[in-house]
Amino acid sequence: MLINIYQIVADNWLLLLIGQFPNGPLGGIAATLLLSILGIGLAFPLSILVALARISHWPMLSWPATALVYVMRGVPLLMIIFWVYFLLPLLIGRIVPGFVAMVCTLVVYESAFLSEIVRAGIQALPRGQMDAARALGHGHFSAMRYVILPQALYNMIPSILSQFVATIKETTLAYVINVPELTFAASQINNQLLTKPFEVFFVLAIIYFAVCWTLTQLANWLERRIAAKRAGHGTAQQASAVGAAVIGPETVQEIIQ
Amino acid sequence: MSSLDLSAILLNPQYSRMLLDGFEMTLIVAIGSWLLAMSLGILLLVVRLAPSRIADRAVAAYISYHQNVPTLVQLMLWYFGISSLLPLVLQDWISMHNGEAIFAVIGLGLCQAAYFSEDLRSGLRSVVAGQMEAAKALGHGYISAMRYVMMPQAVRNALPPLINHTVSLFKNSSLAVAIGVTELLHAVKEVENQSFRTFETYLIATIVYLACSLLLMGVGAWLSRRSRPVGAT
Repeated sequence: MLINIYQIVADNWLLLLIGQFPNGPLGGIAATLLLSILGIGLAFPLSILVALARISHWPMLSWPATALVYVMRGVPLLMIIFWVYFLLPLLIGRIVPGFVAMVCTLVVYESAFLSEIVRAGIQALPRGQMDAARALGHGHFSAMRYVILPQALYNMIPSILSQFVATIKETTLAYVINVPELTFAASQINNQLLTKPFEVFFVLAIIYFAVCWTLTQLANWLERRIAAKRAGHGTAQQASAVGAAVIGPETVQEIIQ
Repeated sequence: MSSLDLSAILLNPQYSRMLLDGFEMTLIVAIGSWLLAMSLGILLLVVRLAPSRIADRAVAAYISYHQNVPTLVQLMLWYFGISSLLPLVLQDWISMHNGEAIFAVIGLGLCQAAYFSEDLRSGLRSVVAGQMEAAKALGHGYISAMRYVMMPQAVRNALPPLINHTVSLFKNSSLAVAIGVTELLHAVKEVENQSFRTFETYLIATIVYLACSLLLMGVGAWLSRRSRPVGAT
């Protein structure tokens, strides 16, 4: 079985890595990562807006933002993919390519989830920060822009990274609308070989594990480092007691999903 | 696009039957995998509490695998991969008994067990150590102290993440459509193919999913409020 696995990887590593790229669309891990980076990258600025709208005292802003978050939390991602892929073309009268549809889906979905992280990050800062900024003559927006957000976003780097890992796992669903990312490439290989389904999907699982596990470890390491830095000095162990304002991946797990 | 007409789907006995059957299968998969996930999650926690480094490492590896590999890939590995390694007699038996649904329940259940186990463990960790000492001082043994003193508090602390993960398990049951389970999304595709009322069909299914998730979240919020000790804020 190990020989089979080695053979599958040796024969298909290029397909798993970049798909049929120069001769076709970009695929494999490259497409998976590109989808995730575009999804998170475009969702990030939106998520700040959603978070600010959600904590706003103005119902005209907070209501739609809250509704967006609850709808995205309550509806399966697959359903949202179908909405974007099958129904957006009906509304705008043009066909949307699978890759674009998946990026749009991820942006909408992730901006709701990221906004909860941003909101938690803002609300985890001591209230005094806002009061002090206001006392120094900053308006609400100026205080947000120069005092609150820089601190909150810095604290949130680990959780944004673990949300990135979640997004990588979510891109597998692009398989249902035939986007040639990693899962799609693996099922192509499976269709060619026909007799080695266990080996093919095992390789697929190992690749995802390697990528996601590495990034998760990086997020945990960053979390300890930021907590230590926030504590001013000393080791991560000392800091973990102090760094309550750092929103770690585990805390975020409780807030979102 | 014709005007929105939900009644064309809802009042048509054939379509509403298909959607209801799909919803029933969604519930079967979700509830079945929830029960599997919860029992396995508790078992994993118990194994982890045992004073053995090897057991601890093994459980940690199990959890790490299930948290870092996409759920869809886990389902595919079960349905296409592991099923092909089983003895032929067993393969036949499973495919005669709705094998897709069986593997969906196994795959989703094993995956979610990792999350449930972690939730319970962090709930248990947040109970102060003095509780165990106090229970022992009152004459409880280890098992009895766990059963009557530690676990009730641990579960209470773990309720919010447990509810969140229950909602995501319910949502993830939709992934079963990718391995051919005839659940709600599958029914949606069929009704859409026959009725050509794409928009209405998707809208109904979305509302059903959303309503169930919101209901779960509401019940979760109510449970956490109710189980809070008297006087706590």
